[in-house]
Amino acid sequence: MAEDPYKTLGVARDAKPEAIKAAYRKLARKHHPDLNPGKPEAETKFKAISAANDLLSDPEKRARFDRGEIDAEGQEQRPKEPPGGYRRYAEQPQGARYGQRPEAEVFEDIFADIFEQRRRAEAGPRRGSDESYRLAVPFQHAVEGATETLTLPDGRSLSVKIPPGVESGQVLRLRGQGGAGRNGGPAGDALIELNVTGSKLFRREGMDLHLELPVSVQEAVLGGPVVVPTPTGPLRVTLPAGSDAGRQIRLRGKGIAAHGGRAAGDLFLTLRIIIGQPDIKLEEFLRNWTPEHPSDPRADLEETA
Amino acid sequence: MITLDLLCARFTRLRLEDLEGWITEGHVRPEREAGALVFTEIDVERVRLILELREEMAVNEEALPVVLSLLDQLYALRRRLRAMGVEPDP
Repeated sequence: MAEDPYKTLGVARDAKPEAIKAAYRKLARKHHPDLNPGKPEAETKFKAISAANDLLSDPEKRARFDRGEIDAEGQEQRPKEPPGGYRRYAEQPQGARYGQRPEAEVFEDIFADIFEQRRRAEAGPRRGSDESYRLAVPFQHAVEGATETLTLPDGRSLSVKIPPGVESGQVLRLRGQGGAGRNGGPAGDALIELNVTGSKLFRREGMDLHLELPVSVQEAVLGGPVVVPTPTGPLRVTLPAGSDAGRQIRLRGKGIAAHGGRAAGDLFLTLRIIIGQPDIKLEEFLRNWTPEHPSDPRADLEETA
Repeated sequence: MITLDLLCARFTRLRLEDLEGWITEGHVRPEREAGALVFTEIDVERVRLILELREEMAVNEEALPVVLSLLDQLYALRRRLRAMGVEPDP
């Protein structure tokens, strides 16, 4: 159990911070282990006064100790840098490095050039660091392009222009929006990794989009106008009469928007015929129906088989 | 082998001008290798000791050489004692 830190430093419980500092200094001078190589007890003593000083010189810790929330022991986690390290080496033959001073003044500024170099390096302009961010991009924005606002941890907000056609994993580099440069150096860049969310309706293939379009039997046979969802809103499309299932209809320029030198992509509709609920009339009609041009829809399969 | 960079990283409170001054005065004695400063462990501990003398014990720059010189004499004596086969108090 550690001793009462007030007792260790020899100060009153209501001592002012200056008095604590003065008491600590006085004791540190007396007990620093490097100044007392012949006294092993000095090290123990010095550790105790360092710990006491750590506790009492920190107003918050001192208040908590006074309130009984922490004990003197609980705060003894000081020596990250154990004192008295010099003594270990000075006692050994290598300590001769710091034997008595030579007569002649040999320690001129023989390393001036090295220090000069380092000072110049520290004072010279240095580019700020690049900083990475992630940004979720809704599918819609990846198709049409958009401007998103990214709020940075330091409170700045950054306007990010998202060009049409971006893909997940793509990184946008905003020059000069990263960490500040030092000594007049340029700022670093902000690197923004995009994560494009998928779409339930559309499948993307490069600049093109694909949509599976359900149509009724009537629409497939007779053709006619149907309303098709596209990323930019519903569109009226006229189906050709006699469309088979799987037929592809290409809507030029309705894919990902044009950007830079790249032309806009297309939207491909793939028809899927929906029969729907059983319909007695339809069944009756088909039973009595004789096709005008009878053909075997599986004729091609036999050929390749 | 410890470089100037490493030393500065170890002691964030160390100012470059102070270190240069101490080296000029012979308080810290690194070596030079291929145009760079090289410190050994004893130099690092020496820097720590000087920082502690200055910051925790309020030894100022004027008093520092006196303290270091007395310490160096003390440790020189203890090394001599040991060399003569006399083990000084731990």
